[in-house]
Amino acid sequence: MQQPPTIESPRPATSYTRIDEMGTPYLLGSRCGECAAVFLGVRENCGRCCARRRMQPLRLAVRGRLYSYTIVYRSYPGIRVPFISAIVDLEEGGTIKGNLVEIEPNPDKLAYGMPVRVVFRGAESALGEEAAGYVAHFFVPDGDRS
Amino acid sequence: MTDVYVVGIDMIRFGRYPERAVVDLASEAALLALDDCGIGIKDIQALYSGNIGETMTGQRTLQLIGQTGIPVVNCTNACATGATAFREGWMAIKAGIHDTVLCIGVEKMAPGMIVKKKVGNEPLPAEGLIGSETMPAVFATVGLEHSRKFGTTLEQFAKVSVKNHHHSIFNPKSMYRKETPLAEVLSAEMIAYPNTKLMCSVNVDGAAAAVLMSDRKARERGLTRRAVRVRASGLASDAWSERNQVMQDVNTVSRQAARTAYEMAGAGPEDLDLVELHDCFATAEILHYENLGLCAEGEGGRLIDSGETSLGGRIPVNVSGGLLSKGHPLGATGIANIYEIVTHLRGEAGERQVQGARLGLTHVVGLGSACAVHILERV
Repeated sequence: MQQPPTIESPRPATSYTRIDEMGTPYLLGSRCGECAAVFLGVRENCGRCCARRRMQPLRLAVRGRLYSYTIVYRSYPGIRVPFISAIVDLEEGGTIKGNLVEIEPNPDKLAYGMPVRVVFRGAESALGEEAAGYVAHFFVPDGDRS
Repeated sequence: MTDVYVVGIDMIRFGRYPERAVVDLASEAALLALDDCGIGIKDIQALYSGNIGETMTGQRTLQLIGQTGIPVVNCTNACATGATAFREGWMAIKAGIHDTVLCIGVEKMAPGMIVKKKVGNEPLPAEGLIGSETMPAVFATVGLEHSRKFGTTLEQFAKVSVKNHHHSIFNPKSMYRKETPLAEVLSAEMIAYPNTKLMCSVNVDGAAAAVLMSDRKARERGLTRRAVRVRASGLASDAWSERNQVMQDVNTVSRQAARTAYEMAGAGPEDLDLVELHDCFATAEILHYENLGLCAEGEGGRLIDSGETSLGGRIPVNVSGGLLSKGHPLGATGIANIYEIVTHLRGEAGERQVQGARLGLTHVVGLGSACAVHILERV
Protein backbone atom coordinates (compact mmCIF):
# COMPACT_ATOMS: atom_id res chain seq x y z
CA MET A 1 0.00 0.00 0.00
CA GLN A 2 1.29 3.42 -0.89
CA GLN A 3 2.09 5.79 1.95
CA PRO A 4 0.96 9.40 1.52
CA PRO A 5 3.98 11.68 1.17
CA THR A 6 4.81 13.42 4.42
CA ILE A 7 5.30 17.13 4.10
CA GLU A 8 7.46 18.52 6.81
CA SER A 9 6.34 22.02 7.70
CA PRO A 10 9.17 24.54 7.60
CA ARG A 11 10.81 25.59 10.83
CA PRO A 12 11.06 29.27 11.78
CA ALA A 13 14.50 30.77 11.07
CA THR A 14 14.32 33.23 13.96
CA SER A 15 12.95 33.24 17.50
CA TYR A 16 10.33 35.80 16.43
CA THR A 17 9.11 34.02 13.28
CA ARG A 18 5.78 32.22 13.74
CA ILE A 19 3.54 30.12 11.51
CA ASP A 20 -0.21 30.53 12.02
CA GLU A 21 -2.86 27.79 11.83
CA MET A 22 -3.32 28.51 8.12
CA GLY A 23 0.35 27.82 7.58
CA THR A 24 1.15 31.47 6.95
CA PRO A 25 4.41 32.71 8.46
CA TYR A 26 4.47 36.05 10.28
CA LEU A 27 6.72 38.02 12.61
CA LEU A 28 5.78 38.24 16.25
CA GLY A 29 6.36 41.37 18.26
CA SER A 30 5.09 42.75 21.51
CA ARG A 31 3.64 46.11 22.41
CA CYS A 32 3.83 47.70 25.84
CA GLY A 33 0.36 48.28 27.31
CA GLU A 34 1.78 51.23 29.22
CA CYS A 35 3.90 53.25 26.74
CA ALA A 36 3.10 51.50 23.41
CA ALA A 37 6.75 50.78 22.59
CA VAL A 38 7.05 47.89 20.12
CA PHE A 39 9.66 45.15 20.44
CA LEU A 40 10.63 42.25 18.27
CA GLY A 41 9.71 38.88 19.77
CA VAL A 42 8.20 37.99 23.10
CA ARG A 43 9.19 39.73 26.31
CA GLU A 44 7.74 40.29 29.75
CA ASN A 45 8.87 43.76 30.69
CA CYS A 46 9.28 47.03 28.85
CA GLY A 47 12.81 48.24 28.14
CA ARG A 48 11.50 51.70 27.43
CA CYS A 49 9.20 52.62 30.35
CA CYS A 50 10.20 49.72 32.65
CA ALA A 51 6.58 48.58 33.11
CA ARG A 52 6.38 44.95 34.26
CA ARG A 53 4.20 42.28 32.67
CA ARG A 54 2.27 44.72 30.52
CA MET A 55 3.46 43.35 27.16
CA GLN A 56 0.90 42.23 24.63
CA PRO A 57 1.67 40.05 21.63
CA LEU A 58 1.49 41.81 18.28
CA ARG A 59 1.47 40.36 14.77
CA LEU A 60 3.82 42.70 12.93
CA ALA A 61 2.69 44.31 9.69
CA VAL A 62 4.07 43.19 6.33
CA ARG A 63 4.19 46.64 4.82
CA GLY A 64 6.94 49.06 5.66
CA ARG A 65 9.50 51.54 4.41
CA LEU A 66 13.27 51.41 4.00
CA TYR A 67 14.84 53.39 6.83
CA SER A 68 18.55 52.69 6.27
CA TYR A 69 20.70 49.98 4.71
CA THR A 70 24.13 48.92 3.64
CA ILE A 71 25.33 46.83 0.75
CA VAL A 72 27.52 44.08 2.12
CA TYR A 73 30.46 43.12 -0.11
CA ARG A 74 32.49 41.28 2.48
CA SER A 75 30.82 39.12 5.09
CA TYR A 76 31.70 36.08 7.17
CA PRO A 77 33.39 33.22 5.33
CA GLY A 78 30.98 31.34 3.06
CA ILE A 79 28.25 34.01 2.99
CA ARG A 80 27.18 34.99 -0.52
CA VAL A 81 27.78 38.66 -1.38
CA PRO A 82 26.79 41.27 -2.34
CA PHE A 83 23.50 41.60 -0.53
CA ILE A 84 21.47 44.47 0.86
CA SER A 85 21.11 44.54 4.64
CA ALA A 86 18.04 46.70 5.23
CA ILE A 87 16.44 48.37 8.23
CA VAL A 88 12.69 48.67 7.70
CA ASP A 89 10.12 50.60 9.72
CA LEU A 90 6.86 48.65 9.69
CA GLU A 91 3.40 50.12 9.41
CA GLU A 92 1.65 49.88 12.78
CA GLY A 93 4.98 49.90 14.65
CA GLY A 94 8.23 48.05 14.96
CA THR A 95 11.51 48.10 13.05
CA ILE A 96 13.13 44.98 11.65
CA LYS A 97 16.31 44.02 9.83
CA GLY A 98 16.59 41.68 6.88
CA ASN A 99 17.82 41.18 3.32
CA LEU A 100 16.22 43.37 0.67
CA VAL A 101 15.95 41.23 -2.48
CA GLU A 102 14.59 41.51 -6.04
CA ILE A 103 16.39 44.81 -6.53
CA GLU A 104 19.91 45.50 -7.74
CA PRO A 105 22.37 46.06 -4.84
CA ASN A 106 23.26 49.52 -6.03
CA PRO A 107 22.84 52.76 -4.02
CA ASP A 108 21.41 54.47 -7.11
CA LYS A 109 18.50 52.01 -7.18
CA LEU A 110 17.64 52.43 -3.50
CA ALA A 111 15.78 55.33 -1.94
CA TYR A 112 15.30 56.09 1.74
CA GLY A 113 11.64 55.71 2.57
CA MET A 114 10.90 53.44 -0.40
CA PRO A 115 7.96 51.09 0.20
CA VAL A 116 8.86 47.48 0.85
CA ARG A 117 6.92 44.39 1.80
CA VAL A 118 7.86 41.48 4.06
CA VAL A 119 7.81 38.11 2.30
CA PHE A 120 8.69 34.66 3.63
CA ARG A 121 10.98 32.29 1.80
CA GLY A 122 13.17 29.32 2.45
CA ALA A 123 16.34 30.33 4.30
CA GLU A 124 18.35 28.37 1.72
CA SER A 125 17.70 31.17 -0.77
CA ALA A 126 20.19 33.23 1.25
CA LEU A 127 22.39 30.70 3.03
CA GLY A 128 22.38 27.73 0.66
CA GLU A 129 21.29 24.13 1.14
CA GLU A 130 22.56 23.89 4.73
CA ALA A 131 19.68 26.15 5.80
CA ALA A 132 17.00 24.15 3.95
CA GLY A 133 13.84 23.50 5.94
CA TYR A 134 13.79 26.93 7.60
CA VAL A 135 11.54 29.83 6.63
CA ALA A 136 12.82 33.39 7.00
CA HIS A 137 11.62 36.92 6.26
CA PHE A 138 12.94 39.01 3.38
CA PHE A 139 11.99 42.41 1.98
CA VAL A 140 10.92 43.08 -1.60
CA PRO A 141 10.17 46.45 -3.24
CA ASP A 142 6.46 47.27 -2.99
CA GLY A 143 5.77 49.59 -5.91
CA ASP A 144 5.04 53.29 -5.68
CA ARG A 145 2.79 53.26 -2.63
CA SER A 146 2.72 56.80 -1.29
CA MET B 1 36.74 64.08 47.25
CA THR B 2 40.33 64.04 46.07
CA ASP B 3 41.38 64.94 42.56
CA VAL B 4 42.80 62.02 40.59
CA TYR B 5 45.89 62.33 38.44
CA VAL B 6 47.44 60.28 35.67
CA VAL B 7 51.07 60.24 36.79
CA GLY B 8 52.43 57.50 34.54
CA ILE B 9 51.13 56.26 31.22
CA ASP B 10 52.43 54.49 28.14
CA MET B 11 51.54 52.05 25.37
CA ILE B 12 53.41 49.61 23.20
CA ARG B 13 53.46 50.29 19.49
CA PHE B 14 50.31 48.76 18.04
CA GLY B 15 51.03 45.99 15.56
CA ARG B 16 51.19 42.24 15.21
CA TYR B 17 53.02 40.18 17.80
CA PRO B 18 52.33 36.56 16.87
CA GLU B 19 55.13 35.26 19.10
CA ARG B 20 53.96 37.06 22.24
CA ALA B 21 51.11 36.26 24.65
CA VAL B 22 48.45 38.73 25.77
CA VAL B 23 50.03 38.92 29.22
CA ASP B 24 53.46 39.62 27.71
CA LEU B 25 52.03 42.69 26.00
CA ALA B 26 50.17 43.70 29.16
CA SER B 27 53.25 43.42 31.36
CA GLU B 28 55.37 45.43 28.93
CA ALA B 29 52.81 48.26 28.94
CA ALA B 30 52.49 48.08 32.74
CA LEU B 31 56.24 48.34 33.28
CA LEU B 32 56.46 51.23 30.79
CA ALA B 33 53.74 53.10 32.70
CA LEU B 34 55.45 52.44 36.04
CA ASP B 35 58.78 53.62 34.63
CA ASP B 36 57.10 56.72 33.20
CA CYS B 37 56.54 57.93 36.78
CA GLY B 38 59.45 56.14 38.42
CA ILE B 39 57.51 53.89 40.79
CA GLY B 40 57.47 50.10 41.15
CA ILE B 41 54.80 47.41 41.15
CA LYS B 42 55.16 47.24 44.97
CA ASP B 43 53.75 50.77 45.15
CA ILE B 44 50.53 49.72 43.39
CA GLN B 45 47.54 49.07 45.67
CA ALA B 46 45.09 47.68 43.11
CA LEU B 47 45.01 46.63 39.47
CA TYR B 48 42.13 47.17 37.04
CA SER B 49 42.70 45.05 33.96
CA GLY B 50 40.74 45.46 30.73
CA ASN B 51 40.77 42.58 28.22
CA ILE B 52 38.06 40.89 26.19
CA GLY B 53 39.64 37.78 24.71
CA GLU B 54 40.95 36.00 27.80
CA THR B 55 40.11 35.56 31.47
CA MET B 56 41.95 36.53 34.67
CA THR B 57 44.33 38.57 32.54
CA GLY B 58 45.12 40.94 35.41
CA GLN B 59 46.29 38.21 37.77
CA ARG B 60 48.28 36.50 35.03
CA THR B 61 49.96 39.81 34.22
CA LEU B 62 51.00 40.25 37.85
CA GLN B 63 52.46 36.73 37.78
CA LEU B 64 54.96 38.14 35.26
CA ILE B 65 55.80 41.42 36.98
CA GLY B 66 55.18 40.93 40.71
CA GLN B 67 52.63 38.92 42.67
CA THR B 68 52.02 41.34 45.51
CA GLY B 69 48.59 40.02 46.42
CA ILE B 70 46.77 43.27 45.69
CA PRO B 71 43.10 43.31 44.64
CA VAL B 72 42.65 42.73 40.92
CA VAL B 73 39.49 43.49 38.97
CA ASN B 74 39.12 42.13 35.43
CA CYS B 75 36.86 44.27 33.26
CA THR B 76 35.14 43.58 29.98
CA ASN B 77 32.86 46.13 28.30
CA ALA B 78 33.31 45.61 24.53
CA CYS B 79 35.34 48.42 22.94
CA ALA B 80 34.92 50.51 26.10
CA THR B 81 36.82 47.86 28.11
CA GLY B 82 40.08 49.78 28.64
CA ALA B 83 38.28 52.99 29.52
CA THR B 84 36.07 51.08 31.95
CA ALA B 85 39.15 49.65 33.71
CA PHE B 86 40.59 53.18 33.87
CA ARG B 87 37.34 54.49 35.32
CA GLU B 88 37.26 51.74 37.97
CA GLY B 89 40.72 52.84 39.10
CA TRP B 90 39.65 56.47 39.10
CA MET B 91 36.60 55.62 41.24
CA ALA B 92 38.67 53.70 43.80
CA ILE B 93 40.87 56.75 44.34
CA LYS B 94 37.90 59.13 44.33
CA ALA B 95 36.28 56.97 46.99
CA GLY B 96 39.41 57.16 49.12
CA ILE B 97 39.93 53.38 49.07
CA HIS B 98 43.35 53.55 47.39
CA ASP B 99 45.81 56.30 46.48
CA THR B 100 47.90 54.53 43.81
CA VAL B 101 46.44 52.15 41.24
CA LEU B 102 47.38 50.63 37.90
CA CYS B 103 44.99 50.30 34.96
CA ILE B 104 45.84 48.12 31.94
CA GLY B 105 44.11 47.57 28.62
CA VAL B 106 45.32 44.77 26.36
CA GLU B 107 44.17 42.72 23.37
CA LYS B 108 45.43 40.34 20.73
CA MET B 109 43.31 40.29 17.59
CA ALA B 110 43.03 38.02 14.59
CA PRO B 111 43.58 40.03 11.41
CA GLY B 112 40.52 40.65 9.24
CA MET B 113 36.81 40.61 9.99
CA ILE B 114 35.62 40.09 13.55
CA VAL B 115 33.22 37.14 13.56
CA LYS B 116 30.63 37.73 16.26
CA LYS B 117 30.02 34.98 18.78
CA LYS B 118 26.53 33.50 18.57
CA VAL B 119 24.42 34.73 21.49
CA GLY B 120 20.88 33.84 22.53
CA ASN B 121 18.75 31.04 21.18
CA GLU B 122 18.31 31.88 17.51
CA PRO B 123 17.82 28.74 15.41
CA LEU B 124 20.13 29.85 12.59
CA PRO B 125 23.14 32.16 12.37
CA ALA B 126 21.80 35.57 11.33
CA GLU B 127 24.61 36.80 9.09
CA GLY B 128 23.59 36.95 5.44
CA LEU B 129 20.06 35.82 6.27
CA ILE B 130 18.69 38.54 8.53
CA GLY B 131 20.76 41.29 6.94
CA SER B 132 24.27 41.73 8.27
CA GLU B 133 25.77 41.99 11.73
CA THR B 134 29.39 42.56 10.70
CA MET B 135 30.99 45.61 12.25
CA PRO B 136 31.58 47.33 8.88
CA ALA B 137 27.89 46.78 8.03
CA VAL B 138 26.66 48.05 11.38
CA PHE B 139 28.62 51.27 11.01
CA ALA B 140 27.76 51.61 7.35
CA THR B 141 24.06 51.46 8.23
CA VAL B 142 24.33 54.19 10.87
CA GLY B 143 26.44 56.24 8.45
CA LEU B 144 23.73 56.05 5.80
CA GLU B 145 21.17 57.05 8.44
CA HIS B 146 23.22 60.24 8.78
CA SER B 147 23.27 60.64 4.98
CA ARG B 148 19.53 60.20 4.91
CA LYS B 149 18.99 62.91 7.52
CA PHE B 150 21.65 65.41 6.52
CA GLY B 151 22.88 64.55 3.02
CA THR B 152 26.33 63.45 4.18
CA THR B 153 28.33 62.18 1.20
CA LEU B 154 30.61 59.22 0.60
CA GLU B 155 33.47 61.70 0.05
CA GLN B 156 32.89 63.33 3.44
CA PHE B 157 33.03 59.96 5.18
CA ALA B 158 36.16 59.06 3.20
CA LYS B 159 37.91 62.31 4.18
CA VAL B 160 37.93 61.11 7.80
CA SER B 161 40.15 58.27 6.70
CA VAL B 162 42.43 60.57 4.70
CA LYS B 163 42.85 62.82 7.75
CA ASN B 164 43.50 60.09 10.32
CA HIS B 165 45.94 58.22 8.11
CA HIS B 166 47.74 61.52 7.54
CA HIS B 167 47.97 62.14 11.29
CA SER B 168 49.46 58.71 11.92
CA ILE B 169 52.57 59.59 9.91
CA PHE B 170 53.69 61.59 12.93
CA ASN B 171 52.93 58.87 15.49
CA PRO B 172 55.73 56.31 16.01
CA LYS B 173 53.30 54.07 17.97
CA SER B 174 50.81 53.74 15.12
CA MET B 175 50.39 50.43 13.27
CA TYR B 176 50.28 52.16 9.88
CA ARG B 177 52.08 55.40 9.01
CA LYS B 178 51.10 55.96 5.42
CA GLU B 179 49.21 58.68 3.54
CA THR B 180 46.00 57.54 1.89
CA PRO B 181 44.78 60.17 -0.60
CA LEU B 182 41.02 60.52 -1.15
CA ALA B 183 41.10 58.70 -4.50
CA GLU B 184 42.84 55.74 -2.86
CA VAL B 185 40.35 55.59 0.01
CA LEU B 186 37.40 55.73 -2.37
CA SER B 187 38.78 53.13 -4.76
CA ALA B 188 39.79 50.64 -2.06
CA GLU B 189 37.79 47.41 -1.83
CA MET B 190 34.20 48.13 -0.82
CA ILE B 191 33.47 46.22 2.43
CA ALA B 192 30.01 47.55 3.34
CA TYR B 193 28.78 50.57 1.43
CA PRO B 194 29.86 53.32 2.10
CA ASN B 195 32.81 51.93 4.11
CA THR B 196 35.74 50.83 1.96
CA LYS B 197 38.60 48.81 3.39
CA LEU B 198 40.57 51.98 4.17
CA MET B 199 37.57 53.31 6.11
CA CYS B 200 37.64 50.34 8.51
CA SER B 201 39.84 50.29 11.62
CA VAL B 202 42.72 47.86 11.77
CA ASN B 203 42.52 44.82 14.05
CA VAL B 204 45.91 44.70 15.73
CA ASP B 205 47.61 43.61 18.95
CA GLY B 206 48.30 46.22 21.59
CA ALA B 207 48.52 47.21 25.21
CA ALA B 208 48.44 50.44 27.19
CA ALA B 209 48.64 51.16 30.90
CA ALA B 210 48.19 54.08 33.28
CA VAL B 211 49.19 54.77 36.88
CA LEU B 212 46.66 56.90 38.77
CA MET B 213 47.30 58.71 42.05
CA SER B 214 45.40 60.84 44.49
CA ASP B 215 46.26 64.53 44.69
CA ARG B 216 48.04 64.07 48.02
CA LYS B 217 50.05 61.04 46.95
CA ALA B 218 51.22 62.70 43.73
CA ARG B 219 52.46 65.72 45.68
CA GLU B 220 54.06 63.53 48.33
CA ARG B 221 56.01 61.65 45.65
CA GLY B 222 56.96 64.79 43.74
CA LEU B 223 55.10 63.68 40.61
CA THR B 224 52.99 66.76 39.94
CA ARG B 225 55.10 68.25 37.14
CA ARG B 226 53.98 65.80 34.44
CA ALA B 227 50.73 64.82 36.15
CA VAL B 228 47.49 65.27 34.26
CA ARG B 229 44.22 65.70 36.13
CA VAL B 230 41.22 63.49 35.34
CA ARG B 231 38.67 66.23 35.25
CA ALA B 232 35.71 63.99 34.44
CA SER B 233 34.69 60.41 33.75
CA GLY B 234 31.35 59.58 32.14
CA LEU B 235 30.09 56.06 31.48
CA ALA B 236 26.72 55.21 29.94
CA SER B 237 24.85 52.17 28.70
CA ASP B 238 22.33 52.11 25.89
CA ALA B 239 19.18 53.88 26.92
CA TRP B 240 16.12 52.70 24.96
CA SER B 241 15.85 54.19 21.52
CA GLU B 242 13.44 53.55 18.72
CA ARG B 243 15.39 51.21 16.40
CA ASN B 244 18.08 50.04 18.81
CA GLN B 245 16.88 46.43 18.81
CA VAL B 246 17.89 45.89 15.18
CA MET B 247 20.14 48.87 14.46
CA GLN B 248 22.95 49.67 16.88
CA ASP B 249 22.56 53.18 18.22
CA VAL B 250 25.98 54.66 19.04
CA ASN B 251 24.54 58.17 19.23
CA THR B 252 22.25 58.07 22.27
CA VAL B 253 24.83 56.31 24.45
CA SER B 254 27.62 58.68 23.36
CA ARG B 255 25.51 61.75 24.04
CA GLN B 256 24.64 60.52 27.48
CA ALA B 257 28.26 59.78 28.47
CA ALA B 258 29.40 63.11 27.00
CA ARG B 259 26.71 65.01 28.89
CA THR B 260 27.78 63.36 32.16
CA ALA B 261 31.43 64.18 31.52
CA TYR B 262 30.86 67.79 30.48
CA GLU B 263 28.68 68.38 33.55
CA MET B 264 31.26 66.84 35.86
CA ALA B 265 34.06 68.86 34.27
CA GLY B 266 32.06 72.07 34.33
CA ALA B 267 33.32 72.54 30.77
CA GLY B 268 31.91 72.24 27.30
CA PRO B 269 33.11 71.21 23.86
CA GLU B 270 34.19 74.80 23.14
CA ASP B 271 36.80 74.49 25.91
CA LEU B 272 38.55 71.46 24.38
CA ASP B 273 41.91 71.63 22.61
CA LEU B 274 41.87 68.11 21.16
CA VAL B 275 39.76 64.96 21.02
CA GLU B 276 40.45 61.25 20.54
CA LEU B 277 37.14 59.70 19.55
CA HIS B 278 36.02 56.23 18.49
CA ASP B 279 36.67 56.16 14.74
CA CYS B 280 36.22 52.39 14.43
CA PHE B 281 34.87 53.19 10.95
CA ALA B 282 35.13 56.44 9.03
CA THR B 283 31.35 56.87 9.15
CA ALA B 284 31.43 56.82 12.97
CA GLU B 285 33.72 59.83 13.32
CA ILE B 286 31.23 62.12 11.55
CA LEU B 287 28.44 60.98 13.91
CA HIS B 288 30.59 61.50 16.98
CA TYR B 289 31.48 65.09 16.01
CA GLU B 290 27.83 65.81 16.70
CA ASN B 291 27.46 63.40 19.61
CA LEU B 292 30.32 65.14 21.44
CA GLY B 293 29.06 68.61 20.54
CA LEU B 294 32.09 69.53 18.40
CA CYS B 295 29.61 70.93 15.86
CA ALA B 296 25.87 71.42 15.61
CA GLU B 297 23.44 68.61 14.71
CA GLY B 298 23.78 67.72 11.03
CA GLU B 299 27.02 69.68 10.57
CA GLY B 300 29.40 66.71 10.84
CA GLY B 301 29.99 66.48 7.09
CA ARG B 302 30.75 70.16 6.86
CA LEU B 303 33.11 69.93 9.85
CA ILE B 304 35.35 67.40 8.10
CA ASP B 305 35.21 69.52 4.89
CA SER B 306 36.34 72.58 6.86
CA GLY B 307 39.60 70.98 7.97
CA GLU B 308 38.96 72.13 11.53
CA THR B 309 39.45 68.60 12.90
CA SER B 310 42.89 68.22 11.29
CA LEU B 311 46.14 68.82 13.15
CA GLY B 312 46.54 72.62 13.19
CA GLY B 313 42.76 73.14 12.97
CA ARG B 314 40.32 74.52 15.52
CA ILE B 315 39.69 71.19 17.26
CA PRO B 316 42.05 68.43 16.08
CA VAL B 317 40.45 64.97 16.25
CA ASN B 318 42.40 61.71 16.35
CA VAL B 319 45.87 63.16 15.89
CA SER B 320 47.20 59.76 16.97
CA GLY B 321 45.96 58.34 13.66
CA GLY B 322 42.87 57.00 15.37
CA LEU B 323 41.59 53.47 15.26
CA LEU B 324 41.63 53.73 11.47
CA SER B 325 45.43 53.90 11.23
CA LYS B 326 46.97 53.51 14.69
CA GLY B 327 44.88 50.35 15.08
CA HIS B 328 42.13 49.04 17.33
CA PRO B 329 43.12 46.33 19.83
CA LEU B 330 39.70 46.35 21.53
CA GLY B 331 40.60 46.23 25.22
CA ALA B 332 43.65 48.49 24.84
CA THR B 333 41.99 51.27 22.85
CA GLY B 334 40.34 52.98 25.82
CA ILE B 335 43.66 53.54 27.60
CA ALA B 336 45.71 54.19 24.46
CA ASN B 337 43.52 57.19 23.62
CA ILE B 338 44.08 58.54 27.14
CA TYR B 339 47.82 58.10 26.55
CA GLU B 340 47.51 60.24 23.42
CA ILE B 341 45.70 63.07 25.19
CA VAL B 342 48.05 62.99 28.21
CA THR B 343 51.07 63.13 25.89
CA HIS B 344 49.74 66.33 24.29
CA LEU B 345 48.79 67.89 27.62
CA ARG B 346 52.35 67.23 28.79
CA GLY B 347 53.70 68.87 25.64
CA GLU B 348 55.55 65.67 24.72
CA ALA B 349 53.83 64.71 21.44
CA GLY B 350 56.70 65.77 19.18
CA GLU B 351 55.82 66.41 15.56
CA ARG B 352 52.09 65.92 16.12
CA GLN B 353 51.90 68.14 19.21
CA VAL B 354 48.73 70.21 19.48
CA GLN B 355 50.26 73.49 20.56
CA GLY B 356 49.26 74.80 23.97
CA ALA B 357 46.87 71.94 24.68
CA ARG B 358 45.27 72.27 28.13
CA LEU B 359 42.05 70.26 27.95
CA GLY B 360 41.40 67.07 25.99
CA LEU B 361 38.64 64.48 25.67
CA THR B 362 38.64 60.76 25.00
CA HIS B 363 35.63 58.76 23.79
CA VAL B 364 35.11 55.05 23.18
CA VAL B 365 31.97 53.11 22.33
CA GLY B 366 31.47 49.39 22.75
CA LEU B 367 28.53 47.83 20.97
CA GLY B 368 25.89 46.37 23.12
CA SER B 369 26.35 49.20 24.30
CA ALA B 370 28.82 51.06 26.51
CA CYS B 371 30.32 54.50 26.08
CA ALA B 372 33.06 56.06 28.18
CA VAL B 373 34.15 59.69 27.96
CA HIS B 374 37.06 61.14 29.92
CA ILE B 375 38.13 64.76 30.12
CA LEU B 376 41.75 65.39 31.02
CA GLU B 377 43.43 68.61 32.03
CA ARG B 378 46.97 69.94 32.22
CA VAL B 379 47.63 71.51 35.63
